[in-house]
Amino acid sequence: MEAIRVEAGARLAKARLSLARRWALPAGVLVLLIGCPLVLPQYLLSLLTEVLIFGIFAMSLDLLLGYTGLVSFGHAAFFGVGAYTAGLAAIRLSPHLGVTLPLALGAAALAALVIGYLCIRTAGIYFLMLTLAFAQVLYAVAFKWTPVTGGSNGLSGIPRPTLGLVPGGGELADPIRFYFFVLLIFLLVYYGLRRVVNSPFGHTLVGIRENEGRMRAIGYDVARYKLAAFVLAGVLAGLAGALNTYLNVFASPAQLNWTTSGQVLVMVIIGGAGTLIGPVLGAALVLLLQNLVSTHTDRWPMIMGAVFIIFVLLARFGIVGIWDRLVARLARRA
Amino acid sequence: MRPVRDVLVQRLLALLLIGLVTWLLVVPLVRLAVTAPETAFIQLLNGLAYSLLIFLIATGFSLIFGIMDVINLAHGSFYMLGAYIAYSIVGRSGDNFWLALLAAPLGRGLIGVVLELGYLRPVYRRGHLDQVLLTFGFAYVFSDIVRTIWGADIRSLPYSPLLQGAVEILGRPYPKYRFAAIIFGLVLALLLWLLLERTRLGSIVRAGVADPEMVSGLGINITAVFTAVFAAGAALAALSGVIAGPILGMHPGMDFDVLIVALIVVVVGGLGTFAGSFWGSLLIGIADTFGKVLQPEFSMALTFAVMAVVLLLRPTGLFGRSTA
Amino acid sequence: MLSEPATRPTPDTIPALRVEGLRRQFGGVTALAGVSFAVARGERRAIIGPNGAGKTTLFNLISGELAPTSGRVYLDGVDVTGLPSHQLARRGLARTFQRNNLFLGLTARENVRLAVQARRGLGHRFWTPAEHLREVTAEADRVLADLGLLERADVPVRHLSYGEQRQLEVAIAVATRPRVLLLDEPTAGMSPAETAAMTRTIAALPPEMTLLIIEHDMDVVFALADRITVLHYGEILADGEPEAVRQNPRVAEVYMGLAADEAPRLGAS
Repeated sequence: MEAIRVEAGARLAKARLSLARRWALPAGVLVLLIGCPLVLPQYLLSLLTEVLIFGIFAMSLDLLLGYTGLVSFGHAAFFGVGAYTAGLAAIRLSPHLGVTLPLALGAAALAALVIGYLCIRTAGIYFLMLTLAFAQVLYAVAFKWTPVTGGSNGLSGIPRPTLGLVPGGGELADPIRFYFFVLLIFLLVYYGLRRVVNSPFGHTLVGIRENEGRMRAIGYDVARYKLAAFVLAGVLAGLAGALNTYLNVFASPAQLNWTTSGQVLVMVIIGGAGTLIGPVLGAALVLLLQNLVSTHTDRWPMIMGAVFIIFVLLARFGIVGIWDRLVARLARRA
Repeated sequence: MRPVRDVLVQRLLALLLIGLVTWLLVVPLVRLAVTAPETAFIQLLNGLAYSLLIFLIATGFSLIFGIMDVINLAHGSFYMLGAYIAYSIVGRSGDNFWLALLAAPLGRGLIGVVLELGYLRPVYRRGHLDQVLLTFGFAYVFSDIVRTIWGADIRSLPYSPLLQGAVEILGRPYPKYRFAAIIFGLVLALLLWLLLERTRLGSIVRAGVADPEMVSGLGINITAVFTAVFAAGAALAALSGVIAGPILGMHPGMDFDVLIVALIVVVVGGLGTFAGSFWGSLLIGIADTFGKVLQPEFSMALTFAVMAVVLLLRPTGLFGRSTA
Repeated sequence: MLSEPATRPTPDTIPALRVEGLRRQFGGVTALAGVSFAVARGERRAIIGPNGAGKTTLFNLISGELAPTSGRVYLDGVDVTGLPSHQLARRGLARTFQRNNLFLGLTARENVRLAVQARRGLGHRFWTPAEHLREVTAEADRVLADLGLLERADVPVRHLSYGEQRQLEVAIAVATRPRVLLLDEPTAGMSPAETAAMTRTIAALPPEMTLLIIEHDMDVVFALADRITVLHYGEILADGEPEAVRQNPRVAEVYMGLAADEAPRLGAS
């Protein structure tokens, strides 16, 4: 397929770029990310924080979809589980991060383990439908179980997260401090996922995506690897959900709905599946567009749907794919 | 073949879930049937009506997947658009329900043809994921189109005065419309079954589900069959939407609500078979209806428990074929 | 995970592979009707027979892709009937496929690396970059070199020629250092030059490795096989040394009754 030729061309091109130039871009982005709170107005900063949070969410789905080839339409389930657990723990137990965060991650892990175990045994399309169905079940639970989850109104009255360092909490109340907190977590997750993806385990996942049957024939217990990827992705989605609750001090059933699963899927595809950085770019694009468009019109979903369709039909490999193509074209001219 | 331990875990889990379902659903059901049989029967009829509506949608979805290998996530949108288009037709034509009943599915079928020819064809070769993404994008867009044109309020489809009022069943009044819907649904199911099992067109469709390449090799224009099946599926879903309009109401979001249920039905019943979508719809529809009556807070969880049980014991559904 | 071939002292009387009464039914069709035979360690056994005789089904039953309707499979004397394919692979069984079953989007080297990685049990390592595991790459390169694919190591498999892809098909299986290797029509669709290269490749495989080869090209069969098993309609028609099979009248009868394009040339090589 043409994409592989582009990849090979892009690889050659990247090899030709000098080492300094290769590090320039990430370094520059890092400087920007660290420096921007000083210049950005508040609402843009919280938008950027949201981008980072959804970047984590999108990367977690990329691990499943882009790398392992598991098409999950219910990834919002784990985002929501993390979000609600963090909120409920803060309300009922303690707003200390040391309490709410591990609980949120643990709950997401447990949900991913159970749902994963039931879904992974099924083949391709069934997997897709099942993940969607399970997420909707959780949505229904969040929607109806009013005494616990606040029902359709969502979970409110969540105290701000604290680290126990300052009496009365509120170390993270300052949006700039919270931004740096999220940025730190984002960078750690990105670095961690990069290592995972480049490790033998990561290569195994790609192998499963490329030819599951042959992987079995050469000795890999494919089901176990899929489940591992599923749980890892679920935990990271739960992390994003918890961070989102810390940001908004609010959790709503919509976070579990197919709309959220769809939104993160769009981010991954538009950004470029299987690239890790692509989904982050996709998250940025989607959230930015959403903010821009919804100030002018209510028809945001239609526009996003149309943009998505255009990408699927014409730019299947997303923003990163377009970038690779450009680089390859430049390399051929050089 | 799986190692014995794995099978044991699955059986145990399935047993646990069956126990849960029995305790939460079956026992209260039996109790209801014994203490208030008329109520139970009325609910059974409601469940039947719901099942038949789901059946129309699930069959279309299942056939489209079976014969075209396409997962059409926009199928719920067909259902929704059927209801809303009918709503407009009824409004414009001076409350002519029958016209809407006829025209909406036809219109929907046409839209289906356009969609299939224009957008799906180029994506067939690309595999399941791309089809899923594309149909998902469409569903998203349709959802918002509906919201734009018709607004976000909950509506109900007005229906013909002929069907208003009640009939008497076991000494209790039962809405005439629902009763008519049940009869209509059963007749339609029978017609569909006859069409699939007893006509040449039906056997072409069934052969196409089993092996599209072979059918094409026999000189039959398989792409025309694809388009026809897609349009028929869309029309069926739209028809279901029109019938459901007065019973279940109309609101944005009904597309995905119904899609989820259709997906569950297809998972439980098995993809690509008439028997699968029929019995799957019956099982899920009745379980869901009684669930809502007996355990309103956990009805969704019960449906999912049923699904989980079937999956643990039969991963390809009750009547599904394991795609080798 | 996998031990090297012949590190466990196995008495030579235990066959590397034994099947007993293997039967496989698909609905009303009996693909395999009770097949029994044993293959000695290090033996090169050819499985031949007309199309539809059940050869690939036999391989599928042995390698765990399918479960037998009845019958048993013994690997080095251990009953492995019904085990899933990944467990059989870990026990030293590997196979190639009649139709290329490769990782098309990856390079040739990456294809073989996955197999080496599996053999060394490193698939679970999630933190070390894969490139730092130089032994894996080195071993993969050795396998590629043995099969004449080293210059093409960085080419995405999609762009390899058919013959190169068939060689890679074997490379992946060989990289897992199996004790028993099933080769399903390795020379299918190959030109004479490619067939000769493949025959040399197979002949160069370690002598401790037990080979079962499904083949239609009788030149290849007679060049490589120690023994031949003939399958017909899911049953064993003949089983013995190449000369004996060639002169077996029933075998000749079966092949004579076939259309000219189906009957392999039984002439002397």
